[in-house]
Amino acid sequence: MSINKDLVAASSTPLVLAILAEGDSYGYAILQRVRELSGGALEWTDGMLYPVLHRLERSGLVESRWEKADTGRRRKYYRVTEAGREQLADERRQWRAVDDTLRKVWSALSEAVGSDVVSVPFSQWS
Amino acid sequence: MDPKQQDDPTAGSLEEQIEAWRSHLRRSRAIRGSDAEELEDHLREQIATLGERGLSEDEAFLVAVKRIGAIDALTREFAREHSDRLWKQLVLAGDGVGAGGAEAPSAYGSRRMWVALTLAVAAGVAMKIPGLFGIPFDPDASLFYPVNIAFFTLPFIAAYFAWERPLPASSRAWVAGAFVLAAVVVNAFPFSLAPVAEPHTLILTVLHLPITLWLAVGVAYVGGRWRGSERRMDFIRFTGELFIYYVLIALGGGVLIGLTFVLFEAIAIDVEPLVQNWVLPCGVAGATVVATWLVEAKQSVIENMAPVLARIFIPLFALVLLAFVVTMAATGRGIDVERQILIAIDLLLVVVFGLLLYSISARDPLAPPGLFDWLQLTLVGTALLVDVLALWAIGSRISDFGFTPNRLSALGMNVVLLVNLAGSAFLYARFLRGGVAFSRLWSWQMTYVYVIAGWAAFVAFLFPVLFGFR
Repeated sequence: MSINKDLVAASSTPLVLAILAEGDSYGYAILQRVRELSGGALEWTDGMLYPVLHRLERSGLVESRWEKADTGRRRKYYRVTEAGREQLADERRQWRAVDDTLRKVWSALSEAVGSDVVSVPFSQWS
Repeated sequence: MDPKQQDDPTAGSLEEQIEAWRSHLRRSRAIRGSDAEELEDHLREQIATLGERGLSEDEAFLVAVKRIGAIDALTREFAREHSDRLWKQLVLAGDGVGAGGAEAPSAYGSRRMWVALTLAVAAGVAMKIPGLFGIPFDPDASLFYPVNIAFFTLPFIAAYFAWERPLPASSRAWVAGAFVLAAVVVNAFPFSLAPVAEPHTLILTVLHLPITLWLAVGVAYVGGRWRGSERRMDFIRFTGELFIYYVLIALGGGVLIGLTFVLFEAIAIDVEPLVQNWVLPCGVAGATVVATWLVEAKQSVIENMAPVLARIFIPLFALVLLAFVVTMAATGRGIDVERQILIAIDLLLVVVFGLLLYSISARDPLAPPGLFDWLQLTLVGTALLVDVLALWAIGSRISDFGFTPNRLSALGMNVVLLVNLAGSAFLYARFLRGGVAFSRLWSWQMTYVYVIAGWAAFVAFLFPVLFGFR
């Protein structure tokens, strides 16, 4: 199942903020975490994460610092800010509202039309 | 890299591959050094992880690069996020040579800025020194300033280059000597500086002297390596940009002065004497050096404006000239010879010459002939036609008007530009037919710099003598 690009883009902000809310992290590790959480369904082109991180940093939702990694190279770590946590809470409310609405409409649909519609795989709905 | 890896022949190649990838990334202005470092860290970690899964270094590198995304897409994404980086770039420390965006103000860049500002202030101060001896700036009161304006501006531009570039002592002496000699000669001329008479030759000197002295600035610009048309072409490019920046600064200055008047008028304080005697003269002189520095600082950062304007206006001017010629032919109207017609035609030729010069200054000499080249040839061809028609019309009447210094100099300038454009058209036509290389056009123009400067010197220095300083 591949997820629509717009959906990936829209979910990137809450996803990155939430992962950073778990603890400070850096690009590669954030991507690993995304893969792990989505079971590979959310395929990001790796490099595209960085402009997202930079955008969040510019809007003050995350802040960054350079640290020396155990490999000896410099590594850029990101940390979510207070504003970022607020934004995350806000995003969470919005996504929950969307999710609730969709859930309701899915179940209404399956009750009204019967089982033949439900048997259509989810991927063809998106 | 640890020494163990260095023994492995493929390790070197991995480093090389990463290096090549990174330098590819750094080509985009949207990606800064620290971004590339961040991405490289990602790439290396990905390669290491894939290596642990048993992929060879080459394979791991390929997969990792693929995962991180095509560089084009990546730079586009970065550019979207950091669109400011595509614009800003003129950091005050503007180190034009630094690859990619200047992240921290470089010491050299800021030193250049300070030298430029110091020279700008020096030019402004120099502008006020004659004032100490009671010479008014107002050209309606004395023509001292118009005659000497070049000496309050150009030497400071030359001085900036003399500081900035390794200019050999002989060239320094040559440039300084040219300025001193010109200043002495022009001020020794027994012009009447009182503005009552109509000082024809004085005005001609005022107009032509800067063109001649600009050559001395050019010598300083190219760091004394005047031979070789490549460097001279750079100087031509610099000239175009300087002109544009100066005009822009002058426009800004105009707004500043206008607002100053309005503001102080509101509290009933007359600032006109201050503006007239200080802001304007010092600004006019200082802005030349500031504009010079700006052009240099922006050189590798911003696309040259002069060729862009040339590109926009070449088709338009070609269209207008074509329409003019066609209308003339269709209606059978001749050119009405008035006193100012020669000046007008000269201006037309100057514009066409400038359009051609700046258009070819930006053209890749190796590119094959294209539609735009034909447009350019059309422009030059029609300009020549119009000029010949005008000259023909004037020729029959010129004896009625008499040969004043003004008319002679205008005629001379016309011939100088006519020959230039005719030569250009000839070479262009041959280039379009595949006869000669495009670079011949360059060298023709670059050689012609001498002719223009020579004619300007002739008018500036010999016309007053020939016509008895009238």
